[in-house]
Amino acid sequence: MSEKKKELVYRTTELKIAMPLSGCPGCGHPLAAKAILETIEELEIAGRVVAVGGIGCHGLAIIMANLDRTIGAHGTAPATATGIKQALFDDAIVLTIQGDGDCAAIGAGYLVNAAARAERITVFMLNNANYGTTGGQMAPTSLLGQVTPTTPKGRDPRMFGYPLHVPEMLATIRGVVYSARSAVSSPANFQRTKRYAKAALQKQMEDVGFSFVEILTPCPVNWHMNPVDALKWMEEKQIAEYPLGEFKNVAQID
Amino acid sequence: MEETALIHGYEAIARGGLDAGCLHFFGYPITPQNEITEYFARELPQRGGRFVQAESESAVTAMLFGAAAAGARAMTSTASPGWGLMQEGLSHIAWCELPCVIANVQRGGPGQGTTRHAQTDYLSATRGGGHGGYKTIVLAPASVQECYDLTQLAFYLADKYNNLVVVLADGILIQIAEPVQLRAIDFGPLPEKDWALKGSGKKGGRTDIIHSTRGLMGTYTSILEEIHKTYQRITDCEVRYETTEADDAALLLVAYGYVARCCEGAISMARAEGLNVGLVRPITLWPFPYEIIRQKASQGCRFLVVEDSMGQMVEDVKLGAEGKAEIHFLGLLARHQSGELGMLFPETVFAEVKKLL
Repeated sequence: MSEKKKELVYRTTELKIAMPLSGCPGCGHPLAAKAILETIEELEIAGRVVAVGGIGCHGLAIIMANLDRTIGAHGTAPATATGIKQALFDDAIVLTIQGDGDCAAIGAGYLVNAAARAERITVFMLNNANYGTTGGQMAPTSLLGQVTPTTPKGRDPRMFGYPLHVPEMLATIRGVVYSARSAVSSPANFQRTKRYAKAALQKQMEDVGFSFVEILTPCPVNWHMNPVDALKWMEEKQIAEYPLGEFKNVAQID
Repeated sequence: MEETALIHGYEAIARGGLDAGCLHFFGYPITPQNEITEYFARELPQRGGRFVQAESESAVTAMLFGAAAAGARAMTSTASPGWGLMQEGLSHIAWCELPCVIANVQRGGPGQGTTRHAQTDYLSATRGGGHGGYKTIVLAPASVQECYDLTQLAFYLADKYNNLVVVLADGILIQIAEPVQLRAIDFGPLPEKDWALKGSGKKGGRTDIIHSTRGLMGTYTSILEEIHKTYQRITDCEVRYETTEADDAALLLVAYGYVARCCEGAISMARAEGLNVGLVRPITLWPFPYEIIRQKASQGCRFLVVEDSMGQMVEDVKLGAEGKAEIHFLGLLARHQSGELGMLFPETVFAEVKKLL
């Protein structure tokens, strides 16, 4: 047998607790969680992190993370994170992982006000364009025309309004120093997600202000697509509505 | 060090919290408790603490959840409509067994009700106001001294049982001033909060999770069972009440908060006329002192429950009496005027006593 040099091409982050992934086939949430956890590993801050989850499928990312972590009420994660950060007198890296319904609907008030207070926390919003846990109902982020159990004829703006662009909105708030959107639709975009996550967490480490990253994730089961078509739909429809990029990245609050 | 000072009830609650080592206050303005929130806003930064003005009472409870999960002694104060808004968060705090202290300065309800005093949140406070069936320890001060002492006790009991504790005051108690002996009370040792979330680096690498979704992990009934064992221990060990002239009383008044003070006045008037009237004043509204009510009922006492509500605590007195005593009620409709400034007065209570004896 000849000696072959083994090259590591894929690994599981050590910050994932050894339990099976609980997402549906093709779910993008575990990938988004992996990007965040790998970034925490690379920044060597795991021992300082307290993570807060919202209510929804993304909460499993919190449960599987080998970090000090908590989940409270629906939408409240930015306020809970505020309580933790203040209680520890800023001596922790406090982040939230939330869904789009969690952040943009029931928790919009908490999110906007934590941003306005320039809380030194980092919010990751996983946007799969629907309420995954409860069966795929419309979220504020659902696309126009998107068919869901509560928009059976497609999202009609006269009845259901328009898709909410959260990082663009947050970029207008003075206390926000970093606001970006990425996706886990391809290996390149996975790397982009890690870059944005790193930049956002670094803002907190430098005590600059509030930082935010939206991550688009596929939800094939509730979109009624196979996983490959779901990635295609992301690239063609979701990213067309929600462009990827940094909307704010400042060295200090102006 | 001990000093005596003439202070208002609001300052007594705030100083009670500060002397209990509370360095974190999360608040939202609402009448009639704003002076408590403002006191913390002034004092905490000078003491190395943190004050956050939240965007709503819902956010307040989420911040309390976070601060308690991180191991801090944290509190808030609110008034009735704010108390209502807090119920979602309090249910999650209860399910996660986090120690938090909340002062609810009752005003008239329901809805916006009035901005002044009342006692219309008794049932909401003692029955676990939010969804799901949980219990909060409820302490009812009847003096400015007790506003100070019971707020300190609230922190001790919260940490002892990992439970919510409510200081249920009212708009009159916090606006009156009385001499108060100020000293930090040592209630005894408490267990370390080794479960607190601070980052695993401070815990030798161990990570913890505190989550309201834990009932989804196949352990729902066993968690409920453990929490209810705690409720039983609280019921067994923490009942507090005070009696006044109760030994020979044929008629016992039952009242808490500012109304108990009116009842004390009424008892003096009644005793001066030779009427055997006394008072049972619950200090813990939950756990309620059912046993003293049961004892007195079985001895042939009659009861007059006096509350600045349409009748809430009277339900607990009926439970305690087990059908063995006459129970009368004097409530909010006996106020001296119908607007929000109306109050129950000792003379009104005394007149009712004379009707009954």
